[in-house]
Amino acid sequence: MNIPIMLAANSRNFWEQVVYLVQMGGKDFLQGAEKTILLAVVGTVIGCLIGFLIGLVQTIPIQPRDNLVKKIFLKIVRIIMAVYIEVFRGTPMIIQAVVIYYGSQQALGINMTAMFAGFVIISINTGAYMSESVRGGIESIDRGQTEAAKAIGMTHFQTMFSIVFPQALRNILPQIGNNLIINIKDSSVLMIISVAELFYATRTLAGTYYDTYGPFLIASVIYLSMTFPCSRLLRWYEKKIDGPDSYNLAGTNTKGMPVKNRRSSGLTMQMLNRKHSGQRSAMR
Amino acid sequence: MRNDNKAPVIEVRHLVKNFGKVEVLMDIDFKTYPGDVICVIGSSGSGKSTLLRCINLLETPTGGDIIFNGKNIMDRKTSVTDYRAKVGMVFQQFNLFNNMTVLQNCMTGQIKVLKRSKKEAEETAMKYLTQVGMDPYINAKPHQISGGQKQRVAIARALAMEPEVLLFDEPTSALDPEMVGEVLEVMRELVQNGLTMIIVTHEMAFARDVSTRVVFMDKGVIAEEDTPEVIFNNPTNPRTKEFLARFMHDQ
Repeated sequence: MNIPIMLAANSRNFWEQVVYLVQMGGKDFLQGAEKTILLAVVGTVIGCLIGFLIGLVQTIPIQPRDNLVKKIFLKIVRIIMAVYIEVFRGTPMIIQAVVIYYGSQQALGINMTAMFAGFVIISINTGAYMSESVRGGIESIDRGQTEAAKAIGMTHFQTMFSIVFPQALRNILPQIGNNLIINIKDSSVLMIISVAELFYATRTLAGTYYDTYGPFLIASVIYLSMTFPCSRLLRWYEKKIDGPDSYNLAGTNTKGMPVKNRRSSGLTMQMLNRKHSGQRSAMR
Repeated sequence: MRNDNKAPVIEVRHLVKNFGKVEVLMDIDFKTYPGDVICVIGSSGSGKSTLLRCINLLETPTGGDIIFNGKNIMDRKTSVTDYRAKVGMVFQQFNLFNNMTVLQNCMTGQIKVLKRSKKEAEETAMKYLTQVGMDPYINAKPHQISGGQKQRVAIARALAMEPEVLLFDEPTSALDPEMVGEVLEVMRELVQNGLTMIIVTHEMAFARDVSTRVVFMDKGVIAEEDTPEVIFNNPTNPRTKEFLARFMHDQ
């Protein structure tokens, strides 16, 4: 902190000041943004895994023919999961951060870095929300899908992993996108345990240059430029999962691969009807 | 057709199913021999579908036994998944896997349950898809094909598991009249191939033509069970007469 810079701040107009801040603090902003995106992405991915794991356990059917140990074990696990969801959805993340970070030091003697604590906090917080989304996603899948899978002899886990989860995942993708964007923004609460993410970096820069408005305006632009591509990327992924609108009749291409080309798939719709009627009469 | 010297494939003994206090099935007994085509008829709510779902354990029976090739599948030690792999099921609502193409629908069970190689699974799937006339549509997703086509794929999916018995739960009830024909045609072909089938249906003409025996269910019990000739021409039970008279009248 030196006096010439502070004096110079008064002599620059607003835009000159912004350019100056980007030049001087650009590296700090970027380092902060990098941590923010890392925290958000890792936290969302692990949170989703927690969500699916809980969804999987919650849907295990308890049947009269099951043995007692399995029944009791499942009951206990489900109670623990219910408590987890209620506690982490029902308290602010900023308080969870303090309790987990300082609590683990004071009460349990575990020393973790602030960054590691950040990953843990975002993951388990997202997990609590995601497990409810996953439950909704699983419930939205028609029971007939499960019944058909069971009728060909699939186990509960096979049914879940190959039939129900892929469809549930598609249905909750918008929710996952929501969580990712929320995590990009809400990771800012981790400044309370001094994780040097974007908000923390911005606050430091504001102090350094005696300017609040400039750094926070720049930070808001950086936040937006992280959230916007994420939401577009997820929208694109949704479309990709849905697959092409039309399909190719076997025989019209030799490898039996789905056709992505619009022109040729348009052709197949007409051929389909023609071929269909021919097919039926050939069978008789 | 029927050979009484053979042991039954599926034998249902004193089967009872309650939903809460409602008794849906009361003391059901019947046997299915290899090569049998049993059509189960009766008015809605008579317990036909529940019976079929109990046989496949999609509903847990409240009481009674189901014997499959001499093994009691109600016994805890019997593997439900192994049993289901040998007893196929075709649903009223098709229930094709929406996240898979037609071909994948017919392959996934073979790979996951029967542990067949991908190549073998594809060959088997293609064989049965060709049989039901759906081989040109292997790349389509379920939402892209018609109801009749879906049901034919569902039949191919069940056949690809090469089951000993195939159960049909009102396979044509969700189809419009034009599509009923194409599905029944496929099913007639299966009858000719000698597949053992239990069919819950409202298609009386079909039941009369193809079945080796007809089971008439009424209010949770088997009211009458006999050859199609007897059931359709000389039913003894007054309820059977009444049901068929009303049905023929509607036709």
